[in-house]
Amino acid sequence: MCPQHITTKERFAIPRQGMPAQNPEVRNKNFKEVNLGYTPELAQKEALRCIQCKDPACIKGCPVNIKIDQFIKYIADGDFLGAARKIKEDNVLPAICGRVCPQEDQCEKACILTKKYTSVAIGNLERFAADYERETGNVELPAVKAQTGKKVAVIGSGPAGLSCANDLIQLGHSVTVFEALHELGGVLVYGIPEFRLPKEIVKQEIEGLKQLGVKFITNVLAGRSVTVDELLKEEDFDAVFIGVGAGLPWFMGIPGENLLGVYSANEFLTRVNLMKSYQFPNNDTPVFNCKGKSVAVFGGGNTAMDAVRTAKRLGAEHAYIVYRRSEAEMPARLEEVHHAREEGIEFLMLMNPLEFVGNEQQWLTGAKCLKMELGEPDESGRRRPVPIKDSEFILPIDMAVISIGNGSNPLIKQSTPDIEVSKRDTIVVDLNTMATSKENVYAGGDIVTGGATVILAMGAGRTAAKAIHEKLMGIETHE
Amino acid sequence: MHKIVSAIFLAENIKKIEIEAPRIAKKRKAGQFIMLRVDQTGERIPLTIADADPEKGTITIIVQGMGKSTKELNTKAAGDTISDIVGPLGAPSHIENFGTAVSIGGGVGTAIAYPTAVALKEAGNYVITINGARSKDLVILEKEMKAVSDEAYITTDDGSYGFHGFVTQKLQELIDSGTKIDFVLAIGPIPMMRAIAEVTRPYNIKTMVSLNPIMVDGTGMCGGCRVTVNNETKFACVDGPEFDAHQVDFKNLTDRNKLYLPEEKQSAEAFAHKCNLQ
Ligand SMILES: Cc1cc2nc3c(=O)[nH]c(=O)nc-3n(C[C@H](O)[C@H](O)[C@H](O)COP(=O)(O)OP(=O)(O)OC[C@H]3O[C@@H](n4cnc5c(N)ncnc54)[C@H](O)[C@@H]3O)c2cc1C
Ligand SMILES: Cc1cc2nc3c(=O)[nH]c(=O)nc-3n(C[C@H](O)[C@H](O)[C@H](O)COP(=O)(O)OP(=O)(O)OC[C@H]3O[C@@H](n4cnc5c(N)ncnc54)[C@H](O)[C@@H]3O)c2cc1C
Ligand code: SF4
Ligand code: SF4
Ligand code: FES
Repeated sequence: MCPQHITTKERFAIPRQGMPAQNPEVRNKNFKEVNLGYTPELAQKEALRCIQCKDPACIKGCPVNIKIDQFIKYIADGDFLGAARKIKEDNVLPAICGRVCPQEDQCEKACILTKKYTSVAIGNLERFAADYERETGNVELPAVKAQTGKKVAVIGSGPAGLSCANDLIQLGHSVTVFEALHELGGVLVYGIPEFRLPKEIVKQEIEGLKQLGVKFITNVLAGRSVTVDELLKEEDFDAVFIGVGAGLPWFMGIPGENLLGVYSANEFLTRVNLMKSYQFPNNDTPVFNCKGKSVAVFGGGNTAMDAVRTAKRLGAEHAYIVYRRSEAEMPARLEEVHHAREEGIEFLMLMNPLEFVGNEQQWLTGAKCLKMELGEPDESGRRRPVPIKDSEFILPIDMAVISIGNGSNPLIKQSTPDIEVSKRDTIVVDLNTMATSKENVYAGGDIVTGGATVILAMGAGRTAAKAIHEKLMGIETHE
Repeated sequence: MHKIVSAIFLAENIKKIEIEAPRIAKKRKAGQFIMLRVDQTGERIPLTIADADPEKGTITIIVQGMGKSTKELNTKAAGDTISDIVGPLGAPSHIENFGTAVSIGGGVGTAIAYPTAVALKEAGNYVITINGARSKDLVILEKEMKAVSDEAYITTDDGSYGFHGFVTQKLQELIDSGTKIDFVLAIGPIPMMRAIAEVTRPYNIKTMVSLNPIMVDGTGMCGGCRVTVNNETKFACVDGPEFDAHQVDFKNLTDRNKLYLPEEKQSAEAFAHKCNLQ
């Protein structure tokens, strides 16, 4: 099929190209990436499905408005590097977003084909273009503008901080990123597992930023090691961007939550991903030995899917998702739910834990659960789960992982009382500029929105970078 | 990378290590700690900042070899490096002029209590210190403690030095002899802290303990360090590590610290084996 002469009818006739993946029975025992990526042939074929809308709806569905029609056209024409360059005009971390964006709720949901056929696989194509550029060694460093002499501190090296740093350094500012942990990348390294997002990709993106001149200082916990005021007054930064992500995990407040074997998803995933405890004893940090055990993860988001699939990979015989609503309501990416099921994860829907029970030595032995059914819709329009009378039973498990979201870390608030926070302790900002109530201090990402997505955090980092630049350079903006 | 400036054994298995960490040296307050990772495959372990020299840009830690990570740390000498150190972490000790303050340290807990004892003295308290060890050769920081104390006592379990008995007995003796005590800080093994809480409870003496749950990040992200205080879940790395002794659920802490016993044993044995080969 020649891309120039293909008819619309022929385009519609091409089925959505599936993503090649490792065999489920093999991959559920290793930590290698599940998806293998499109070949150039598959990518071009998929790209041909895009009808190149005059007014592409998909772009409005993307939080950073990537010129989707244009980059897909490049792929269809075989100019893969051109596609990568086009994407990078709007998204600095395409290899990451192509892998982890909830596309079915964003760009692909808006794609015109969704109504009658299946949407163009925009995420897969984005990933392909970015991988092609990187794997063929063609990543070009963007030009850096003349030095402005202004210094900006970025707190936190997650997607919000990285994208903010990226834009600011290109505009000629001096940028220093302070990170609390010993490794850079935020949730991209300590949360999302290797099998979904290889750490090497995150590393290379950060390497690129280093080459542009961004300074990274690890092991600095803002609020304790240094305060925002000290950065501004004593270390002479002209502006500060706060991208510290979400904070302490929520627990359910039910009896038995401190039994041995009950983890938060953050702790479980941090031990495995950041501290590489799946390589214990070669790495010193241990984690619960899941081999042959029954593990239940409570929750239905991406974090829950990551935790349960990690437990399976560590050898769990039964790895359950326990969720209080039905599968349709689970906030996780569709692909992850699908992959999880293929890997043998058992889904226990409409079930609510009441209590964790343990043995004499305080080790977890089970979760007392109540079965639910769907009742009338609530304010959010989702059907509310209501308990079924006398349906209590004990689910025998050896390990529980609680994955019901995170609150906000109190350190910035405690150490910088003049930054306004909401009732939930998230930082309050002007969404047009991401400016906080404190002069020259900006914030974005999960610390502002509560747990959200990589692409939203990135978008916030970029908005802040633009506003910081305008403020520091005295550029007037038209409201 | 942080360079070790000096490292000397204070007693068998207890080493005092001074490390370059200028940012931390400048900021730290009594009661705060660091998380440290010896090398790229190491685990992150919490250690109290026993002392700091902001001019020199160094901090001092006092480490008891318990398992793999601390024993490995204690093989380090001046000139060696530590991969990662983050801090100061935790809420600083609440310091005020209580009147008469008793600082009680058990074993390496003496080192953890030391900076707070100094701060209590500086705040104008009449400071009494009671430091316990199993026997004479395990007594640490005797000179330093004496220097900050109005009264200093040492107890040994075997009676080889100082008062023969436990720190709790010495404390009870002080109370019985009519010493008016306004504040007690107790740091040491969990059974010791628990026993001190029971000694002071009937007299309603405000008593703080520094808890040592297993930690991962130490920054308030993972929730692994949760402890039960007054029937509520608290996170020791951000809310603590010091808590009101009369409200702490010591049993839960004791249980949770056993989470990785088999793995700790495996690590320690592998490490001992490696040392023997060298
Ligand atoms: C397990 C898991 C799976 C997920 N899966 C997806 C997915 O598939 N798709 C998707 O779009 N989103 C996903 N998310 C959500 C997404 O990762 C987050 O929304 C995003 O990472 C937020 O970015 P951020 O930059 O705001 O914060 P983070 O990524 O959390 O980064 C914040 C950084 O700041 C550091 N920090 C915190 N406090 C301080 C301080 N005081 N001083 C210095 N540094 C500090 C932290 O250590 C961290 O490195 C997932 C989240 C989790 C936990
Ligand atoms: C706030 C705080 C301050 C501390 N200050 C000091 C100090 O100044 N000097 C000192 O010698 N020790 C201190 N400790 C204890 C020290 O962190 C542990 O002894 C050390 O982590 C044990 O590691 P290991 O590999 O040597 O021993 P392991 O064999 O792994 O464990 C021995 C015991 O130490 C505890 N432990 C294990 N891993 C951890 C961990 N990651 N975090 C916390 N505890 C753990 C467990 O109870 C375990 O049973 C402190 C602990 C805390 C929480
Ligand atoms: S960044 Fe995310 S939402 Fe935007 S086009 Fe890419 S996959 Fe879609
Ligand atoms: S809406 Fe769909 S078909 Fe139209 S341009 Fe976007 S991706 Fe192509
Ligand atoms: S150690 Fe992770 S929250 Fe305290």
